[in-house]
Amino acid sequence: METAKKRMLTGNKAMAEAIAQEMENDKNVFVLGEDIGKYGGIFGSTQGLMEKFGPERVLDTPISETAFIGAAIGAAAEGMRPVAELMFVDFFGVCMDQIYNHMAKIPYMSGGNVRLPMVLMTAVGGGYSDAAQHSQTLYATFAHMPGMKVVAPSTPYDLKGMMTSAIRDDNPVVFMFHKSLQGLGWMDQLDYAVGHVPEESYTVPLDKANVMREGKDVTIVGIQMMTHYAMEAAERLAQDGIEAEVIDLRSLAPIDKDTILNSVKKTHRLVVVDEDYRSYGMTAEIAAIVSEEALYELESPIKRLAIPDVPIPYSHVLEDFVLPGPDKIVETVKQMMDEA
Amino acid sequence: MTKFEEKQPSVSVDKLMWMYEQMVKIRYYEDQMVEAYTEGKSPVFNIGEGPVPGEMHLATGQEPAAAGMMVHLTKDDTVTAPHRPHHHAIAKGVDLKKMTAEIFGKESGLGKGKGGHMHLFDPEVKFSCGGIVAAGIPHAVGAAMANKMKGKDWVAVAFIGEGAANAGAFHESLNLAALWNLPLIIVVEDNSYGISVPKTASTSVESNDLRASAYGVAGAYVKDNDPVAMYKASEEAVNRARNGQGPTIIEIETFRFLGHFQGDPELYRDKEEVPGLRARDPIMKLRQQLLDAEHVNEPELEEIETRAKKEVDDAYQFARDSDYPKPEAALDDVFTS
Ligand SMILES: Cc1ncc(C[n+]2csc(CCOP(=O)(O)OP(=O)(O)O)c2C)c(N)n1
Ligand SMILES: [Mg+2]
Repeated sequence: METAKKRMLTGNKAMAEAIAQEMENDKNVFVLGEDIGKYGGIFGSTQGLMEKFGPERVLDTPISETAFIGAAIGAAAEGMRPVAELMFVDFFGVCMDQIYNHMAKIPYMSGGNVRLPMVLMTAVGGGYSDAAQHSQTLYATFAHMPGMKVVAPSTPYDLKGMMTSAIRDDNPVVFMFHKSLQGLGWMDQLDYAVGHVPEESYTVPLDKANVMREGKDVTIVGIQMMTHYAMEAAERLAQDGIEAEVIDLRSLAPIDKDTILNSVKKTHRLVVVDEDYRSYGMTAEIAAIVSEEALYELESPIKRLAIPDVPIPYSHVLEDFVLPGPDKIVETVKQMMDEA
Repeated sequence: MTKFEEKQPSVSVDKLMWMYEQMVKIRYYEDQMVEAYTEGKSPVFNIGEGPVPGEMHLATGQEPAAAGMMVHLTKDDTVTAPHRPHHHAIAKGVDLKKMTAEIFGKESGLGKGKGGHMHLFDPEVKFSCGGIVAAGIPHAVGAAMANKMKGKDWVAVAFIGEGAANAGAFHESLNLAALWNLPLIIVVEDNSYGISVPKTASTSVESNDLRASAYGVAGAYVKDNDPVAMYKASEEAVNRARNGQGPTIIEIETFRFLGHFQGDPELYRDKEEVPGLRARDPIMKLRQQLLDAEHVNEPELEEIETRAKKEVDDAYQFARDSDYPKPEAALDDVFTS
């Protein structure tokens, strides 16, 4: 019998707690980025760290992403364990050389002799009219390039556990957190931005997808907001007697093929939902994996929901049109079931 | 000659009047935007709600930089602006109705509702802005290059915040513009902060005009958010650029009366700071100077103020009355036809 009240935290507090615990454990861990000190991170991921650890280990940087992300690489090569924040993933453009030509390749080019135990955390996602330069997820852009672990947790529990794993990992980890799942006071208040988070330190693996809901009729793979939308859709589908299995991908690279394949072997139908551009993206990757390894398990063609290859528009009527949501998922699954 | 011109013969009071009107218009525009932005966001503040959703960076208090530079420009000169662009857009003569409609996400907007407040483009008056810090500087370099190639004496002006002067694009652009002797001016608006980070914690020099010598370009500093001093520094820089004498960096000490964006809790700055800055309001200062110069009287100034406000009110009305785009329009314009 469970009587104790569960400890509930927002996504951003869960992340900040993981970083704080690792900073306590290991003096080599430090944090740098824009507005991560007194402000606590624009999305709250570093709240309380400045007060606890001071400006020597919590460094507000100038708007110089190439310099401070490059510096994180240099410090990591010296055995430090930096956690650098790129405020919005959209800003990757000004510093991508450091990220993909250096952070991602130095370990390989050195034949494994240089380790870069660093975390690059960054905010992703739209849905609040922040337009084309502040609303992308760019999941596939990062996951496409070898040499980086790329994770995108969806719950406060995973945000903490995966951040702890990311900091302890000896490889560069791109840690994407979704703005809408941070539990920010100035955004839409979503139930799933708050969740159970144990106080003691724990890890969640960086290479395992998570079956959020079991079902026998169709597999829906989502990530971050799309996972939560898939869960909403699954509840509605259940009322019509359709049992959807929902998989939260969590890890883009490495990708957990087994969890997806095992589910498809059970349900024989697959819908993949992504908040990134459609072409060459996560939906295409998963569709390809399933076609290569489980094509004959499928009872109907794979369906993909993603942004239809346009930059994210500003006006909410336009943005709503391009973003997948629960309605589109329900509609897609129903169509699929009707066709069968 | 007016009293003002006796004291400052290089300054045209008519031009100061133009600046005054722009500054009043900008201030009133931003005040109205505070209201419009707040609609639909209470009692619970949710950035995604209301007629004007998304991030909103307002320029209240920063009017002199825009007005003092733009008074010397024509529609043939190019201006690039950052994420805080309304003052530049208004002073550059961007279509106010279409600009406001864009910010309201309407079909009649400059970008048919696709861009929003940080992404305003009006090629008619060669104005653009964007949400990536320092990204507009190289675009201005390119415009300056095009002007030179075409044999025109048009100039290009990049407005940035002091925080942007630490981005690589600033330094690379200055070197390039100096190397190629381009008609480029960078106006650095020092409002003391890049979001929460004070200039002293982000910038290795006291002011960015000092960095001019590193690139072999001219530098000028305008203190106290002073409209007349901005007018003069800008005039010199524009003349230099038009005469083929190369780039200039102007840094102006300016004031951010509001948060970095609307909804910013501003826990990083002293509660006394803003009232202190507001006491040094540049619009009131210029107004008093114009009255002292006996160039205009109170009723004439009020007439200007009424005219400016009406223009703004009309633009907001136009925006509110306009239709939202059709949802499928999201798929158009990826490529131009
Ligand atoms: C390349 C890049 N990095 C970070 C940001 C996030 N950001 C937006 S505005 C801003 C501060 C800009 O400060 P400043 O240049 O002084 O302009 P101000 O906001 O004060 O007008 C930051 C860090 C961004 N938009 N682009
Ligand atoms: Mg600033």
